[in-house]
Amino acid sequence: MTALARFQDAFAAALAPGAQDVDPLVASLVAQPAFAVYRNTVAKGCIDALQANFPAVTRLVGEEWMRAAAAVFAARVLPRSPSMLEYGEEFPDFLDGFEPAASLPYLGAVARLDRLWTAAHVSADGPVLSREAFPGLDPESLGEARLVPHPAARWAWHPELPIFTLWSRNREEGDADGDFDWRGEGALVTRPADAVRWMGVDEAACAFLDACARGQPVAGALDLALECDPNANLVRLLADLIDAGAFCRIAMPTDTDPDRRPN
Amino acid sequence: MSATLTAGLGLKPQHYAEARDCPAEGLWFEVHPENYLVAGGPRLAWLEAIRARHPVSLHGVALSLAADAPPDRSHLARLRALADRVEPALVSEHLAWSAWGGAYRPDLLPFPRTTEALNRVAANVSAAQDALGRRLAIENPSHYLRHVGHEWDEIDFLAELSRRTGCGLLLDVNNVFVSAANLGFPAEAYVDAFPCAAVMEIHLAGHSRDPALGERLLVDSHDAPVDEAVWALHRRLVARIGPRPTLVERDDNVPAFGELLAERDRAHAALRGPRERAA
Repeated sequence: MTALARFQDAFAAALAPGAQDVDPLVASLVAQPAFAVYRNTVAKGCIDALQANFPAVTRLVGEEWMRAAAAVFAARVLPRSPSMLEYGEEFPDFLDGFEPAASLPYLGAVARLDRLWTAAHVSADGPVLSREAFPGLDPESLGEARLVPHPAARWAWHPELPIFTLWSRNREEGDADGDFDWRGEGALVTRPADAVRWMGVDEAACAFLDACARGQPVAGALDLALECDPNANLVRLLADLIDAGAFCRIAMPTDTDPDRRPN
Repeated sequence: MSATLTAGLGLKPQHYAEARDCPAEGLWFEVHPENYLVAGGPRLAWLEAIRARHPVSLHGVALSLAADAPPDRSHLARLRALADRVEPALVSEHLAWSAWGGAYRPDLLPFPRTTEALNRVAANVSAAQDALGRRLAIENPSHYLRHVGHEWDEIDFLAELSRRTGCGLLLDVNNVFVSAANLGFPAEAYVDAFPCAAVMEIHLAGHSRDPALGERLLVDSHDAPVDEAVWALHRRLVARIGPRPTLVERDDNVPAFGELLAERDRAHAALRGPRERAA
């Protein structure tokens, strides 16, 4: 091992908040008051990124609480990538198990929707399938076709918590109060043009989108939606998802698609 | 292209539209490429819209060139793709490390400037330049710690790095001022001795005091206007080496675009001054 590598091992270990047993190799550096500049900068960079990546969580709990929780998380999990937008993948799970958040059992779920927003924000560009693509289709052809989710479309269903209401009321400035039913909700996040949009969706819509993402034809995907909700209005469901920009194209069974061709 | 660059500004997302539409002569913008290593979406669209009207510089903070490991190949590949997309006028990085042991630390960390380290940094800079297909400008970092175990003076180290790899240098005048205050050396002497031919870019930024860490400690915080003493160092440098692309950086307490542009205009005027006097 080189002297440089030994130095970096020792220095990196000493940067951790509350690091004990500082390697003698860097003890004279850690003892200087200025060492705190590095410790503070690393911690601040991590905490700033988490606050930026989880704005709805921050609004729900307040900036001070958020930064304190982020500091605890950052002491356990450093970024793996220099792309700080990606930092905090484990933060929702961390919140689920974070004892001071025990009275807010929905925080982790809200954090997951903040992650969905970021994923939609940075995803690849793609065309948006509009209603105009459909008039020429007879019902049978539509049933056999596949709807390909837009690269930026993300969705999630929570069986118990009103995650969409909790999240969307806290994602942007505005009135975060108001009554709502304490029951399961789903969220769909899309980026049809140059900005991320979101809408509440039910379990049937999420089941339909899941099926589309697996490559199932429309007829089979609609069957799965009906299994979730026998009273689902399938025309409405499909129209709402299309209008939200959830799909990028319609693939007919006859389309030459290298992924689906036999042999 | 760099012949047309005068003074530039660090690009902040809240200023995208004003940055794109600003007609100031010689204006260019610098970004941290790590914030644009995305597959698509509005960030890239904004960067391309601004690039369509102004030169852009990519100022990396994450290649970790002073780590005792080769720069991350996948990161280099993403950086190359971004560079090919925006055709930057300048690409720069730091004489520091941040990635180590599978983790990334959002800071520019110090290391002992030994011959062993020089060999490693030179290999890393060459590998990065080859992968990017572009010449890098390497920046002098801010220093806070004494007795790190240096064998090499920083200027000699950077000059030798440039000689071995052909890389350019980025002289951050604020970092010189901060380091000089913290380590107790004369900032003017450092600026006077810096190898001028290799300087591709100059940085200006604000710093602050952190009284919790000692009365005299300065922190390279980028959260304030450029200090008058740093402007004086910049004048001194430009008088000696001539105008070079000069960037005004601000990363915290970001003011309105117009306020940043006024600082940038002051740097622009400072770069024009010596040339016009000479003409």
